[in-house]
Amino acid sequence: MHHVPLSWYLILSAILFALGIAGFIYRKNIITVFMSIELMLNAVNLSFVAFAYQLRQVDGQIYAFFVMVVAAAEAAVGLAIILTVFKNRKTLQIDEIDSMKL
Amino acid sequence: MNLWLIPLFPLLGFLINGIWGRRFSKALVNLFAVGSVVASFAYVLWVLSALYPLTTAHTETYFTWIHSGSLQIGFDLTVDRLTAIMLLIITGVGLLIHIYSAGYMEHEGGYHRFFSFLNLFMFFMLLLVLASNFLLLFVGWEGVGLCSYLLIGFYFGEDFANNAGTKAFVVNRIGDFGFLLGMLLIVVHFGTLDFATIASAVASMPVEASAGVLTAITLLLFVGATGKSAQIPLFVWLPDAMAGPTPVSALIHAATMVTAGVYMIARAAFLYGHTPITLHVVALIGLFTAVMAATIGMTQNDIKRVYAYSTVSQLGYMFLGIGVGAYSDGIFHVMTHAFFKALLFLGAGSIIHGIGGEQDLRRMGGLRKYMPITFITLLAASLAISGFPGFSGFFSKDAILSAAYDYAPWMYWVGVITAGITAFYVFRAFFLAFFGDYRGHHHPHESPWVMTLPLIVLAVFSVGGGFLNVPNWLAPMFPNVEHGSPLLMWISAAVSILGIVIAYYIYILKPGTAESIAAATGPVYKLIDHKYYVDEIYGALIVRPVEAFSRTVLWKGADIAAIDGGVDGLGHRLRGIGAIFRQMQSGSIRNYATWVVLGSLLVLFVLGLAGGGR
Amino acid sequence: MDTILFFIFAIIAVVCGLNLVLQKHPISSALSLIGVMGSLAVLYLMLGAEFLAAAQVIVYAGAIMVLFVFVIMLLNAGSEKPGGKSWFAQIAGIPLLLAFIAVMGFVIETFLPALRSVRFGSFAGGTAREIGRVLFTEYLLPFEVTSVLILIAILGAVVLARKEID
Repeated sequence: MHHVPLSWYLILSAILFALGIAGFIYRKNIITVFMSIELMLNAVNLSFVAFAYQLRQVDGQIYAFFVMVVAAAEAAVGLAIILTVFKNRKTLQIDEIDSMKL
Repeated sequence: MNLWLIPLFPLLGFLINGIWGRRFSKALVNLFAVGSVVASFAYVLWVLSALYPLTTAHTETYFTWIHSGSLQIGFDLTVDRLTAIMLLIITGVGLLIHIYSAGYMEHEGGYHRFFSFLNLFMFFMLLLVLASNFLLLFVGWEGVGLCSYLLIGFYFGEDFANNAGTKAFVVNRIGDFGFLLGMLLIVVHFGTLDFATIASAVASMPVEASAGVLTAITLLLFVGATGKSAQIPLFVWLPDAMAGPTPVSALIHAATMVTAGVYMIARAAFLYGHTPITLHVVALIGLFTAVMAATIGMTQNDIKRVYAYSTVSQLGYMFLGIGVGAYSDGIFHVMTHAFFKALLFLGAGSIIHGIGGEQDLRRMGGLRKYMPITFITLLAASLAISGFPGFSGFFSKDAILSAAYDYAPWMYWVGVITAGITAFYVFRAFFLAFFGDYRGHHHPHESPWVMTLPLIVLAVFSVGGGFLNVPNWLAPMFPNVEHGSPLLMWISAAVSILGIVIAYYIYILKPGTAESIAAATGPVYKLIDHKYYVDEIYGALIVRPVEAFSRTVLWKGADIAAIDGGVDGLGHRLRGIGAIFRQMQSGSIRNYATWVVLGSLLVLFVLGLAGGGR
Repeated sequence: MDTILFFIFAIIAVVCGLNLVLQKHPISSALSLIGVMGSLAVLYLMLGAEFLAAAQVIVYAGAIMVLFVFVIMLLNAGSEKPGGKSWFAQIAGIPLLLAFIAVMGFVIETFLPALRSVRFGSFAGGTAREIGRVLFTEYLLPFEVTSVLILIAILGAVVLARKEID
């Protein structure tokens, strides 16, 4: 086994994505949940770059680039929202922020 | 020639009086109501004089009303000799009755409503006789039924009037159902409803000696005629219809609407000429209705009911005439009947008006001293309807009877006996009302000139109408028919005079004879007095079962249980399902996320199974 | 050589990811995330995306994660307490995720056409020059739009997080 097949990169991406979802589902702190989202985005980035390699085109990397930009913007605004929520609810437990229920 | 103007004038009268009549003075209502009929009548005279001698029909087409596939029905109006007679009757007698009503209804509430309905009736009736195809005729047919309902129930405060109106409408509906089926068969078989087209198509078809499509069609149409023209079995509405104001009884239930059935069959003579079976049925039913109604008329005490049964009986004569093939004589009797029957009813109205609303013969008497004009005119009418020689009824009735003799002699004899009974009960009413001592409690007085003038005009026509030679004028339109010898004429005249004499004997010479005869004949008298229990039989056989079925099966079963239960139940079930699904919205983001993962997993799974999303 | 590098950094990434999920204190999770991003940068290098690897370290690990750490410090977020009411998530989570990985693996193995094997240096199209060229010609519009997006994000963050002047 001299070289790694590309499919392993993709499977790694899937595993990281699943880990991100696990963090989203199982953690109670909002900030940790947010970080799990970042993990998911990274996993997808890996997927993009892998496919860029496969197709011998740079477009995949461009998409990954844009994902990063948007993730940055999203992190900024999202953390600002978390700050506001903390100010109002005095809690960072995601289970206690449930007023949008029927 | 603008034939559409003829029905338009009464329609305008209806609209104007209907919409604004409440604010009009009585004089203004009269202006529009009576004026519209005057305009219509004048226009009819002008059209007929322009079209004289009217040897061929004059048709005007205006627009295509219905165009569905290969079926084309136009709004077409036709005038031929038959239409001309009917137009003159409707507008002429109608005009006299409108004038009369202005006096009769003077003190009634709802004055403008009465006249607007009366005008609406004129519109529909004119449309009926002018129509050039079955469907337009049916429009007029239904419309006059509607006006009949509205006018019978004119005094809507009384339950009896409302019920009578409903009864008239429902019974008519049964007949109309037959009419509709007949029309549908015509469409299926001929592809059109236009009279002229069907006539030319039928001309090449053989005469049906045994039952076939044409017989079915004509029988179904005749069912409609029995409803509208109050023959057996659908005559039960006419006596109750007397609950309406007397001018209504005169115009609608004597002179015009009830003759629509006779007119329709005469108009469809091209069909009936090919179905001798149906014509035989028509003659039989006409004859039996005439006899039955005449016998019932002998026992009635309400003067309007006597005349109502007399109308049913005379209509029977008209159908008898048509049934034996004497179309023109039947129509001639329509015309003379319009004169003397309208006069009888208007005269009765004059009596009722003069003695303060009393209608029972037993509380009248000796009125000839107080109401001379009414006395003379009603005498003329009674002589006409009895077939006294020289009066109009004599000519028309005997023409029918002699044609009947040629068809089947036994029909002639039954008809003659019925004529005798007719003379008897008409003069019974006449003698009870005008002779003897006054048995009531009012101050009888003659009616104003606005009411007596139409009486006089109608009396003139009742006397002289027979000399108008209408049957010969109409004869070219219909197949030829033989009449018997003049001897038959004198026999029936003699029988009629005999009837008058018997009435005179029983009610004037020897009062009290009536009661002893009634007691002597016991059960037979009871049977006739109760109108052969026809209403009771219908009630038990038809009305009550239908009502019970509607109540238990259709209302409780279908409507409440099935439909309401289904719709409400659906709502409840949806709510229940919604309550279950609502629990998903717990507000917990983690649950939402898990659902999202589950959903996306399913999508992936499906895509994977389906071949990788290619 | 490539194989060994891949395995080392893949395992580091997975371990750090697990750590992120399993640690109680947010700051530990943040540090684990930095680890993930670092190893991902190396993997990008292996796949020939030099510029992206550099950007990953600079932007993601260097700016975004620092932001996260600052916020954790600001909010004084402590360790998580156990409990919570999302029973559905707890029960169905792990099986679902395992199923997810399995399905993904299956799809990747079966339905994708023959994939290359990764050799470092085999793809030379991820240079800064190449990325810059494509970015400013083909993808100019998204580029400009994302710059507007960042502007809006800045404004939004400033508005949301400021203190009310009493």
